[in-house]
Amino acid sequence: MCVGAAFMVLPFAIVALNAVKSPAEYSAGGPLSLPEGLYLDGLKDFWQRVDFGQKLVNSVLISGSVAAGAVVLSVLNAYAIGIGRIKGRPYVLAFFVLANMLPQEALVYPVYYLSKQVGLYDTRLSVIIVFTVVQAAFGTYLLASVLGSFPREVIEAARIDGANKWQVLWRVVVPVSRPTIGVLLVFFFIWTWNEFLLPLVMLISNDNQTVSVALGVLQGQRLMDATMTNAAALLGVLPAIVFFLLFQRTLTRGIAVGAVK
Amino acid sequence: MLRRVRGGHHPARRDSYAAFLLPGTLAFLAVVILPFAMNTGISFTDWRGVGTPDWTGLDNYRRLAGDAAFWESFRHSVAMVVAMAVLPTFLGLVLAAALFDYIGKHFGSRWAAVLRACFYLPQVLPIAVAGIVWSWILAPENGSLNELLKAVGLGSLQQDWLGDPDLALYGVMAVMVWVQIGFPLVVFMAGLQRVDPGLYEAAELDGAGWWRRFWHITLPQIRPEIYVVLVWCTIAALKVFGAVYVLTKGGPGGATNVPSYFSFQNFFEKTQVGYGSAVSTVLTALILALALIGLRLQTRAEDEDR
Repeated sequence: MCVGAAFMVLPFAIVALNAVKSPAEYSAGGPLSLPEGLYLDGLKDFWQRVDFGQKLVNSVLISGSVAAGAVVLSVLNAYAIGIGRIKGRPYVLAFFVLANMLPQEALVYPVYYLSKQVGLYDTRLSVIIVFTVVQAAFGTYLLASVLGSFPREVIEAARIDGANKWQVLWRVVVPVSRPTIGVLLVFFFIWTWNEFLLPLVMLISNDNQTVSVALGVLQGQRLMDATMTNAAALLGVLPAIVFFLLFQRTLTRGIAVGAVK
Repeated sequence: MLRRVRGGHHPARRDSYAAFLLPGTLAFLAVVILPFAMNTGISFTDWRGVGTPDWTGLDNYRRLAGDAAFWESFRHSVAMVVAMAVLPTFLGLVLAAALFDYIGKHFGSRWAAVLRACFYLPQVLPIAVAGIVWSWILAPENGSLNELLKAVGLGSLQQDWLGDPDLALYGVMAVMVWVQIGFPLVVFMAGLQRVDPGLYEAAELDGAGWWRRFWHITLPQIRPEIYVVLVWCTIAALKVFGAVYVLTKGGPGGATNVPSYFSFQNFFEKTQVGYGSAVSTVLTALILALALIGLRLQTRAEDEDR
């Protein structure tokens, strides 16, 4: 068990080990030797060479906008389905689930073509729009089933007090659903951060690329030496570890909720 | 539906909430349905991405049926299903049961949580980063795995793990097991929280060993989760793109090509957009069929559960 767990984190350890070695040290001792000291120039060089700061900004901007937008869209949809109990809601729900399961390969070329037509190609906005909708499909599915068991009395009471539907939504339903909404925000953020195919196709200029795409493209071109590879890997891994430490509870709880609902 | 939107003052009118569905529906039509319909339409044409598409009916599909590269990519999909759904589900089950039933009880839930976290970590990693990490570890020269083999005296086993056509698929599969295993583990552990601890205690008193408890308690109790995980992971396996892109680019010589990468190549490298669309349409049909079966199984499992 512990051996298995160690095996899972071993790759991270090897990467961290080698990211702080100098090229000379690496070629002398290979990938498994211990570093003699902290050599950070490799990281610095890599950071500047790919303009990693800009990639981080892009990733945060895109993932953040998508998370916020997709939550709003999911809340609106789920309010109509879960609380409004609109007609044919099993079908509406099934529609959203299926839309979420569509492979992006079946959307990517038309999205690429259409965005060129309307002048959104190679803009961060294009990726934000697409992922907001795609993530909202999952959000709708999850939130609608949570709201389906929302206590009706609470809503009736607010209505009798004179609140209209819009007010009920923002003052009653949303505050009460905060835990689920939190889970969705975290998931949307991380999923969008990790997305690869669509950003790869849509964001071709260096200034718009996300962390994932920038690293994936570099790797695909095989231009990197060992030191750079490790710098890239370490810088790519760090945000994931930060998310992980910050949101471990939310993530594990969210997965369970998502799977069982 | 739309005509009734304005009747919002009667709480009893069910459809009066339809207005809230409007932004979502419009966005969906524009971003999912329209492109999807276009993709399907394009699959019946010969189109290079510019100019007017030529309607060719089922030609692309006929060509697909006879294209060895396409069938090979689907065979690799089956391998991906093994690596991303079957193996992780099986390993996840055993690990979850061990963590819950053994580690959790004998060493405390903190340890179980720490170990679970180790297994889950790769799941939060962008696949591009996982690809960088692993293609460097598996590199033929100076790769950590080969160095490790040499260090323990097994130098004769050194291989070009991702560059040898006979091995590359297994290399990618191994990486995918590593990437994927945390998901079933977390879902199963959450599922096991529902199980009445008395069941395990009674079984233990009756002298049932660990495997018998696993077989007779754990498995039946979390059957709904097993279905969900299998379906989700199978769909993820059919869609796999990023891993192939960063690890092998489908190579060497198509040895690791998968349908999604195959369609990508046709779209953007060979500019055979019609043909690429046919590939992605077939893939979509397959995934949607699976998803429907999955939804069915899930509802049935939940009904039986009650």
